[in-house]
Amino acid sequence: MNKWQDNKAWFLVLPVFIIVAFSAVIPLMTVVNYSVQDIFGPGQRIFVGTEWFKDVLQDPRLHDALIRQLTFSCLVLLIEMPLGVIIALTMPKKGWTASATLVLIALPLLIPWNVIGTIWLIFARPDIGLLGAAINGLGYSFDYTATPMNAWGTVLLMEVWHWTPLVALLAYAGLRSIPEAYYQAAKIDGASSWAIFKYIQLPKMRGVLTIALLLRFMDSFLIYAEPFVLTGGGPGNSTTFLSVYLVKLAVGQFDLGPAAAFSLVYFLIVLLFCWLFYNALQAADSGDK
Amino acid sequence: MIKKRHIGLLFYLFLLFLPIYWMLNMSLRTNADIMANFSLIPTSITFENYLKIFTDATWYSGYINSIIYVTINTAISLGTALPAAYAFSRYTFIGDKHVFFWLLTNRMAPAAVFLLPFFQLYSTFNLIDTHIAVALSHCLFNVPLAVWILEGFMSGVPREIDETAFIDGYSFPRFFIRVFIPLIRAGIGVTAFFCFMFSWVELLLARTLTTTAAKPIAATMTRTVSATGLDWGLLAAAGILTIVPGALVIYFVRNHLAKGFALGRV
Repeated sequence: MNKWQDNKAWFLVLPVFIIVAFSAVIPLMTVVNYSVQDIFGPGQRIFVGTEWFKDVLQDPRLHDALIRQLTFSCLVLLIEMPLGVIIALTMPKKGWTASATLVLIALPLLIPWNVIGTIWLIFARPDIGLLGAAINGLGYSFDYTATPMNAWGTVLLMEVWHWTPLVALLAYAGLRSIPEAYYQAAKIDGASSWAIFKYIQLPKMRGVLTIALLLRFMDSFLIYAEPFVLTGGGPGNSTTFLSVYLVKLAVGQFDLGPAAAFSLVYFLIVLLFCWLFYNALQAADSGDK
Repeated sequence: MIKKRHIGLLFYLFLLFLPIYWMLNMSLRTNADIMANFSLIPTSITFENYLKIFTDATWYSGYINSIIYVTINTAISLGTALPAAYAFSRYTFIGDKHVFFWLLTNRMAPAAVFLLPFFQLYSTFNLIDTHIAVALSHCLFNVPLAVWILEGFMSGVPREIDETAFIDGYSFPRFFIRVFIPLIRAGIGVTAFFCFMFSWVELLLARTLTTTAAKPIAATMTRTVSATGLDWGLLAAAGILTIVPGALVIYFVRNHLAKGFALGRV
């Protein structure tokens, strides 16, 4: 679509610009300010240059948290993407069952994040939880508060439970946009359902799946409230992801300088992925047309 | 074939609701009963936990606070995003692509990064522990999101409609309110839904910026847990009640939802 060339359009963008500047730029500048100073108290601060950045980049706990985070995000994608697509393929296409399924599947997305943690806290407890009791009943000793592997598994399961619906809904929306004629043509050609999936449905879903993939990567990269409520980052540091570690550093220990430097590094990593995301999206958009 | 597919879906839905059912189960029992007996269905149903939440001000005010700031946030996000989205969908202007990308980066920004500066910023303006502070801080991710979704819907409206209206002598504000907004009603519904959703589920910022007067229900839950030991029944009842507003909202927008997702701009 051809657009009008007019710089007066800036006036329409101005309210958004002001409000986002207030809630993003000013705080970000404050973080930059902290990251180069050592702060003892109000009015007592000295300039330390890039020292915090050196500290943070060499911090082994940060490296651990980063590796943990990347592993977690990759596992989340490997499980959620295929599962979401399979669910979308089985969802009914029209009628009241379609909207009923939609409402039911979307429900976990609307539960406050710490309540998600609470649900799993109750569900996975070995003494009062159904999941915990069931696994113990099968003869495997399970306690997510004591064994790092169990805690990890529980957080992963919770994340899959919580966010697979988003992938399913996006994939479903992609499937609904395929014209009926495609299926009729495939039927005439005698295509198997695997061939239909491979040559019609999957290519048509590429755009939404790109979005789902990157959204899920971003959001799992920023995960905080759910593991915080469920495990508090423990046992040990086994479920301390980047955000959890950052909040520990900033609010728990009140190390403003290192926390700020950490924030900026974190933000840059996110920004890098955001840029890749944006470009992939543009490519997917132009591929559709 | 059809039957097999449906059994799979039903099984998934069963798994999806199992944890929620378990919380419902807990919420209908007393704490002593929960600790003493393990049972799949509540044997002696009690509404004591719910009664406590509805009669104790420290509990129910949390719900009211949450709903107030979520509503303010949705109103601000929509109000500012509508003209901006129109500008992005209809005009090219200096720096448009850069501004659009910059807005998007804020959707991706980790809230944890902004925690301390937000606290300082809102302290400076004496806004700590007010609904408006939480509403404004949630604009960080909701305004860009609203611009993004609305731009998608607006680009779906042919530009000829604008041109015809202007030739007919409509002024811009009148055209925008009378003609354009009714055309993208579905889009506004979807946008409001997502603003509501992301503001409703966010905890970190909401908890940091409030102490008592505007404390959200989610924060009330975490604090009460640490204060009284663990009253599982009460905690479960509070959790169940936080699901209700979301379920209501999703029911009202169910028909627009698929369309919003189809644009893929979430």
